[in-house]
Amino acid sequence: MPMADGREQIKMAEDVKFKVSIDGIPVEVSPGTTILNAARQIGGDIVPPAMCYYSKLQGSGGKCRTCLVKVSKGSEKDPRPMPKLVASCRTTVMDGMEVQNITSPEVMEARKGVVEMLLINHPLDCPICDQAGECHLQDLSYQHGLASTRYEFERRTFDKIDIGDKVQLHMTRCILCYRCVFVADQLTPQRVHGILGRGDAAEISTYIENAIDNEFSGNVIDVCPVGALTDKTFRFKNRVWFTKPVEAHRDCPTCSGKVTLWYKGEEVLRVTARKDEYGEVEAFICNTCRFDKKATSDWTIEGPRDVKPTSVISLNHYDELAPPPVVKKSLSLQEANKDQFERAKELL
Amino acid sequence: MNFWERMYLPAIVRGLGITIKYFFQPKATYKYPEVQRPYSKNFRGQHSLKRDEEGRERCTACGLCALSCPAEAITMISAERQKGEENLYREEKYAAVYEINMLRCIFCGLCEEACPKEAIFLDGSHVPPEQLRKDFIYGKDKLVEPRFDYKKEQKTIA
Repeated sequence: MPMADGREQIKMAEDVKFKVSIDGIPVEVSPGTTILNAARQIGGDIVPPAMCYYSKLQGSGGKCRTCLVKVSKGSEKDPRPMPKLVASCRTTVMDGMEVQNITSPEVMEARKGVVEMLLINHPLDCPICDQAGECHLQDLSYQHGLASTRYEFERRTFDKIDIGDKVQLHMTRCILCYRCVFVADQLTPQRVHGILGRGDAAEISTYIENAIDNEFSGNVIDVCPVGALTDKTFRFKNRVWFTKPVEAHRDCPTCSGKVTLWYKGEEVLRVTARKDEYGEVEAFICNTCRFDKKATSDWTIEGPRDVKPTSVISLNHYDELAPPPVVKKSLSLQEANKDQFERAKELL
Repeated sequence: MNFWERMYLPAIVRGLGITIKYFFQPKATYKYPEVQRPYSKNFRGQHSLKRDEEGRERCTACGLCALSCPAEAITMISAERQKGEENLYREEKYAAVYEINMLRCIFCGLCEEACPKEAIFLDGSHVPPEQLRKDFIYGKDKLVEPRFDYKKEQKTIA
């Protein structure tokens, strides 16, 4: 009997949907969903930005505080608002909860402060950094950051470290989101890198510069929201916005083989996993696909990648010729041009 | 025509008067090869890639000039600074090849505006004529400003 009861309860729990409203837009989500994921179900502008939360990595989130939102009504049963802004990636929804994100000036102000804190030790060497153009911190600081810094002290600096022969670590750019640590933790059998030190001195590192030789270690490049972990095979090769992303796949024995190739002319400069609109990879790819297969013949091309028209990557790419609508096809003019051309050829 | 008009003399004198008047007025033209007309302050001419006060190249090949260029006249290939080249290049990355197609360039100055490193300025004179199209593609040999020692210059001024 209690078995059946328990099952009943689980079934009940599955059926129960919580009604939440985010910036006044109602959505029904299952219990246990975080506010961030509820917002992602709605999509659009009201999704809080996230620097450390990564839906594919267990335990990520709660560190960067960029996803702060205001809960103006706790739940249907207890309608009191939450006393402080909460991190939406770690707070689960309650029935009847009302959340304010972009409609709350308090949240925008707090986010501005968070961005300023994230940028305190960031070198802002975007002209040099390979991540520029697809950097989440860059986007975030354009949206919320100040034009100048109020920080007058020396920024912390680290020497750059080679993690293996294919991954470069620029600890100076790191915002300590811990995503790469979770990748090392969850994709590889033994944890090969983590955080050393505490507070201001905390740094991502392999212990005594051990090389990472795991087959999936290259994914730390993709999950890094800033340019702290970059591809050494792509290092300073080109700027992201001059390359053309193309979707391709290959029959890979170790991974899904679904990737994005970044072309410059005929040459594949870089291979990355496919990222969704929140910058999260759809499927992790192996190092063979990422670093060793850089010829078009290795891949089956699916087609150009969809890039948002607002993205800098879509600049200067002329995919199709769109003649202005005023130019009409005139048969008589074409005939006349042909005659003219024939006459010109005779003269030559 | 009366007698005076038939004489033509007053007309000749009047004409000469105008000529003599213009002799003493300031000239609107310059004697070109010897005297050159000064450029206006905001004239945009040939580009130059600047060096910093220690004589290192400022350009870091970030690609923003090429991105902003409406005529797509700028191309570059970047390279990583090696050890021992710190006195040549300011940043960790530099432009190994930097080319501007002067036939494409419309001298709009957007590259100058886009540059985050204050490395490119259109402060030169007119681009001289050439015989071949390929000669209009200016590389770093023509664009980078000559090396100078800022500290020595300071001393001589002092």
